[in-house]
Amino acid sequence: MIDSAARSTSLPGPRPRLALRRVARSAVYLTLFAAAIFYVIPVYLLFMTGTKTFAEAANQALMWDLPKAASFDSFAEAWRTISPNFLNSAKIAIPAAVLSSIIGSVNGYILAKWRFRGSETLFTLILFGMFIPYQSILIPLLKVESAAGLYNTITGLVIIHIIYGIPITTLIFRNYYVGIPEELVEASRMDGAGFFGIYRHILLPLSIPGFVVVLIWQFTSAWNDFLFAVTLTGQDNWPITVAVNNLAGSFSVAWNIQMAGALIAALPTLLVYILLGKYFMRGLLAGSLKG
Amino acid sequence: MRRLNRDRVVSILLLVPAVLAIAVFVYGMIGWSVWVSLSKANDLSFDMAFNGLANYQSIFSNVRFQLDLRNTVVFTVFFVLASLAIGLFLANLIDRRIRAESLFRSLFLFPLAISFIVTGVVWKWLLTPSAGFNILLGLDQSTNRWFTDPTVLYIAPDSGAGHFLAGIGLGGLATPLFGIPIALLSLVLAAVWQMSGFVMALYLAALRGIPEELREAGRVDGASEWQLFRRIILPLLTPVTVTAVIILGHISLKIYDLQQAMTKQGPGFATDFPASYMWQTAFNDNQFAKGAAVGVVMLVMVATLIVPYIIWNRRQEAAR
Repeated sequence: MIDSAARSTSLPGPRPRLALRRVARSAVYLTLFAAAIFYVIPVYLLFMTGTKTFAEAANQALMWDLPKAASFDSFAEAWRTISPNFLNSAKIAIPAAVLSSIIGSVNGYILAKWRFRGSETLFTLILFGMFIPYQSILIPLLKVESAAGLYNTITGLVIIHIIYGIPITTLIFRNYYVGIPEELVEASRMDGAGFFGIYRHILLPLSIPGFVVVLIWQFTSAWNDFLFAVTLTGQDNWPITVAVNNLAGSFSVAWNIQMAGALIAALPTLLVYILLGKYFMRGLLAGSLKG
Repeated sequence: MRRLNRDRVVSILLLVPAVLAIAVFVYGMIGWSVWVSLSKANDLSFDMAFNGLANYQSIFSNVRFQLDLRNTVVFTVFFVLASLAIGLFLANLIDRRIRAESLFRSLFLFPLAISFIVTGVVWKWLLTPSAGFNILLGLDQSTNRWFTDPTVLYIAPDSGAGHFLAGIGLGGLATPLFGIPIALLSLVLAAVWQMSGFVMALYLAALRGIPEELREAGRVDGASEWQLFRRIILPLLTPVTVTAVIILGHISLKIYDLQQAMTKQGPGFATDFPASYMWQTAFNDNQFAKGAAVGVVMLVMVATLIVPYIIWNRRQEAAR
């Protein structure tokens, strides 16, 4: 401390230093502000274009201008087109998220608190499943889904999201349960609690954050899925990602409808992020195996 | 004790369905894909007769697939490096006890909640030459062609660098096959928009974990802020960098949704990838065996990156 104070006297006086710091500080905010604009611009454009009328949106030269009169016609029009797909996505993502979290919780409990010889290796082998490119299983998957009568069904997609969700949901719950002290489990065991008793009385009450993380994660991945849906469903069962991609790929659909549709597609997961961002982040970190 | 044994059996029985599902749907189906890739199933009759490595020979000698591999490498390098640089930069800015920290953090992170499809649809419009950024910034749409630009930067064989390469026996590198397609950079931009916030969050968490005393000690020893960062902070961030490279890398090796929504294959396959080649081959052209071969090649690429990482990660945890 004394040393650093002595050193600072040999540097330029405190006044210019303070000014320099103020300039540096402004530069930091300026840069952050510029970065924020970069991240926000696409969403701004989505919303702004979506609120334009057809005639206004048609003039590309004025695409950055604010709408003359805000109109929600584009959203209404886009909603008419894609609301069945929006519903399909909900029918896929909600059950998939709920069932995945239950299964993940049980798996995680066993792999954290009922370890057996080879269970760690088994866990490692399960983990690999969350990284594979699905292109390496897509052809057999299509065959199996067809043979089981699940091709082009919502149920088929729900099952697929649950199965390929097993690695990450198991991982999140296992790492979460590992943090619960062994003494608690041991004490409960001494009191005569068995497999289910320990789960119900010790782990489950502490599991709420784990469930929130997994529910959010699975909901988001199922909602945002494109590859499984485009391969395994036909037009009547398309979720919203496939519908929006189709909307955007068609030359006859005006920009304002495309943008409104894209915003509608993004809304549920955006809302989840805004309301439960902290838990969202934890799921992301789990995806890097950091739990 | 008997109670414990019964519970042990219950625990294993309850794990069986999940383990079976993974065994069948991950490992079983990978094996099945490998088998298909070695067969003659290249039309709707799905003839599973053994065909050796013919499908692999066929895809690797296909120019489109060669370009896809080039694109995968170029995209991965640019996407990973740009995301790391931007993420690290933003994390350092945010780590300066700034005001409205959580607002900035949220703004940098929210693209992660959006699907690659939505990102692709928006960025397609932002980078369409007749619209988007060209209009906003007043750029000439005939020279700023973004993802419609067919240009591939490569070392010309008759240039100085080309002669040099030829001189050291690497003349084969002086072709567009080892070049950088300009159109690909538009996809990189959109992907960086979506993923750099994730890297920022990873770095920020790590920066917060570095004790202030360490920096203080460095300052007392007379280190400048840059030296402090370069010699003390950056080395401590290495594990996070590894994690980020693995996560971003495996996403970029599988890239599909974004490309489908934004550019499709692009001019001269400038924005084509193995994933889109696989889908078209298998599900549009019914060449299942070739499609499976592409899928297996993708798996090998991802596994090369991921398997050592998983093992490293598990060992670290075991050591803890």
